[in-house]
Amino acid sequence: MNGDGALEQLKREGRIVVVGASLAGLRAAETLREKGFAGELTMIGDEPYEPYDRPPLSKQVLLGMATADGTALPRRRDIDAKWRLGVPASGLDMAARRVRMADGDEVEYDRLLIATGVRARAWPNPDEAALDGVFVLRTRGDAAALERALAAGPGRVLVIGAGFTGSEIASACRERGLAVTVAERADAPLVGALGGVIGAVAAEMHRENGVDLRTGIMVTSLEGDSSGRVRAAHLSDGTTLEAEVVVVSLGAQRNTEWLTGSGLGAGPRGIACDAGCRAFDIWGIVTDDIYVAGDVARSPHALFGYQFLSLEHWGNAVAQAETAAHNMLSRSADRRPHLWVPAFWSSQFGVNIKSVGVPSMGTEIVITQGSRAERRFVGVYGYQGRVIGAVTFDQCRWLDFYEQQIERTAPFPPPYPTVDRRPEGERPLDADFPDPSVPTHGPTITLSGYSPADRRMTFTPAHN
Amino acid sequence: MRLVVDLNRCQGYAQCAFLAPDVFTMHGEESLLYNPQAPDDQHDNVVRAAHACPVRAILLDAVNGSLQPPEASGER
Amino acid sequence: MTQGILRQILDYSSRANPYPLYEELRKTPVFHDGDGPYVVSTYHEIKGLLHDPRISSDARNLTPTAGDPLSQADEGGSEVLPPSFLKLDPPDHDRLRRMTNRPFGPPHSPRRVEQMRGELGGIVTGLIDTIAAKGDPNRIDLVEEFSYPFPVTVICRLLGVPPEDEARFHVWADTLAASLDPDPDADPAERAKKTEGARMELGMYLAGLIEERRKNPTGDMLSELATGQGPDGTMSTMEVLSTAALLLIAGHETTVNLITNGMLTLLRNPEHLDRLRSDPDVAVPMVEELLRFEPPVQLLPQRSTLTDIEVAGVTIPKGSSLWLILASGNRDPKRFEDPDRFDPDRPDVQHLGLGSGIHSCFGAPLARLEAALALSELARRLENPRLLEDPPPYRQNAVLRGPRHLPVAVDGIRAA
Repeated sequence: MNGDGALEQLKREGRIVVVGASLAGLRAAETLREKGFAGELTMIGDEPYEPYDRPPLSKQVLLGMATADGTALPRRRDIDAKWRLGVPASGLDMAARRVRMADGDEVEYDRLLIATGVRARAWPNPDEAALDGVFVLRTRGDAAALERALAAGPGRVLVIGAGFTGSEIASACRERGLAVTVAERADAPLVGALGGVIGAVAAEMHRENGVDLRTGIMVTSLEGDSSGRVRAAHLSDGTTLEAEVVVVSLGAQRNTEWLTGSGLGAGPRGIACDAGCRAFDIWGIVTDDIYVAGDVARSPHALFGYQFLSLEHWGNAVAQAETAAHNMLSRSADRRPHLWVPAFWSSQFGVNIKSVGVPSMGTEIVITQGSRAERRFVGVYGYQGRVIGAVTFDQCRWLDFYEQQIERTAPFPPPYPTVDRRPEGERPLDADFPDPSVPTHGPTITLSGYSPADRRMTFTPAHN
Repeated sequence: MRLVVDLNRCQGYAQCAFLAPDVFTMHGEESLLYNPQAPDDQHDNVVRAAHACPVRAILLDAVNGSLQPPEASGER
Repeated sequence: MTQGILRQILDYSSRANPYPLYEELRKTPVFHDGDGPYVVSTYHEIKGLLHDPRISSDARNLTPTAGDPLSQADEGGSEVLPPSFLKLDPPDHDRLRRMTNRPFGPPHSPRRVEQMRGELGGIVTGLIDTIAAKGDPNRIDLVEEFSYPFPVTVICRLLGVPPEDEARFHVWADTLAASLDPDPDADPAERAKKTEGARMELGMYLAGLIEERRKNPTGDMLSELATGQGPDGTMSTMEVLSTAALLLIAGHETTVNLITNGMLTLLRNPEHLDRLRSDPDVAVPMVEELLRFEPPVQLLPQRSTLTDIEVAGVTIPKGSSLWLILASGNRDPKRFEDPDRFDPDRPDVQHLGLGSGIHSCFGAPLARLEAALALSELARRLENPRLLEDPPPYRQNAVLRGPRHLPVAVDGIRAA
């Protein structure tokens, strides 16, 4: 069999289907065309919009600096695709190489890229979630609706959950002069992603900016008025809080349900794939025609003990999409691994928070530059004597250096002096991450052991 | 015109905010906020901003716009 | 390779074209000889060190050695004034730079530079009009008549020097600039006296102006620096003086060189000059490529190591003096394809011309604007400009490198 001939044929006249028409899907499609794919390209997206950018939704859009419908992503090039927008994919037939659509249609592929991402975790009580004034924030539509509600000048906004998105929403509310309460189950904001030492700084930022931050508390129920509008929330400490707008910001869920029963290694934690973005089936066998990229993917990473890493990060979506697209069109010897070092940013209360590596793997943290009290510092995370992650508050120009320290598995605690090492940075502190066995919505990085799927499997020996 | 800034690359040098203050603004010392759908009358300023970005973080639309945007380099 | 190469780089005979020496230097990414400085010449290593928190810019961490010919280099500051943020580390650097930025750029003053665009255009027009009226079309020195006076005028306007004092300001700036470019034949004692005199007069003048602005602020940068009430407090008079001196010196010489190197490059590549004439928008990417191709600051000689660090397999001991050869990194073939070609269409031009990291050029937005306006207007108005000497006579300074004169002939000068 001539593998090269097949590859050439795929490039010339093959059919590639991309499920998920957001950042990862778009960048993959562009890369496919850049790499010379001349066949038929189909983009399937459940939302009716062309690909748009999500980070502005919780920042510029809520601040009224941009509109939710003005967030379409710029194109690197024309992708000449057949767009199937507004209809989600509902199933996959791996044997027949067909994607089933919710409207009953079927789309055949030679190569499939799955980039279905995540969605906002909904409020667990559907009746309460349906009340007017209760929002989540993930899509363009969510942002437009929330912005309208904020513009109406509600008496109080309640944000449930103080992860990055929740904190950014609270920040935008304060900037708009709105009274806002943040209810967080953990002891501080951002603890899932950055730990308690940094969480304490985040908590101070909330309070200094006039946020009514309540930690160690849960919202037990939402209460509506007779017209079906939310009017109050009941908290686990027995108190009731009146609020006209409630934003549920409890993290994300991976969009993998449509793959249930398909035989692909997909579950609540995402779709397992190898370092080359090829999806595993439920047996842990790598497929050669199904690829995964973006928030829905989980792939092993050499720098982090080959554990499966799933990242809800903008930069990861772009990098992984490019790698997946490259590998889809490459011979096995030409494939590249996805070895992106995790990196993300958040902007809240006028402070730029950036991070590299996997802070949540860290057990200790040391402030190597600046000071927490000044809200300008570099925090370095250590794991088993090596540098595993770093976070900066308004000190991002140093971050490249720490990224290299992670890549070189440099020793922790960092033994060297720096231009701004303060007494508080002389010794490492317990990074104070919450018990990983307690579910948290906080981290945007999830590490998990080697398991292609989260479903139970029974091994049945083949008959022969 | 559509644009996006790779804020992983951005290091807050603010050159874009100097050149096109109606589209790019600094929020605090190093956070950049921008309008992802810049008004047409800002086209020239936005192109200048993209060229002057020291870390090549600004991606402009290659499909709707007539100008070639500076591509982000392969360097991270 | 011997230490000879550093001496060669500093030698005046190399000034017109140091690039072959840099190429030689890059064969040893971290070059060190005897008790000389550690010289870093490759792109990725320089970039790494510019973002490395173990590297200090504070002269107090530097042990001057006999072998470092630039360790005593005085970049025009005065021993009397406190060090400017250029020569400080965080947190002092960050605090002073933030305070200086408050009246200059975003977030607090996002439009200060943008609003100067029209005024800068007017200065450029005025200078070219003067050349048209008084100059000899067969021999125009673009340095003396254009790129030299332009940035000083801009800094006067930015700081808020009253128009009637601008002439005096030019004289001081010229004297201080000359001190950076010592004429080997002149009497050093005489020159030092003249420099110190200019420094004193300028300092006294600025101190007086600062006092006046404190009483009657007029919205210009000096007023804002003297009276600004940010979260970092207000600068002392000494701090304002040292900051104003930094803006003047660092903002002047570099911009002169950027514009002059730019015109020289365009005159050597007439197709690009033609292109700029027909499409002024090309000026912006062109300036970026110029900053790569002929950066006005060739090297940073003032940094030092706070600890032993390893760069490209070489251990640089604590307290060492570092030279970062920005202009060499900009021509590193491992980073830029065909690096010795001037190509404004280069899609990937992440140059080191304005530095990188926390000390990256403070005045960068102004320098970019000045250079783009100057080059596009010169391209538009000079009819058939020709270089009269190639290479033109250079200034002595190896760090702030650029032509001392740029004599050109033109067929005429188009109307504004």
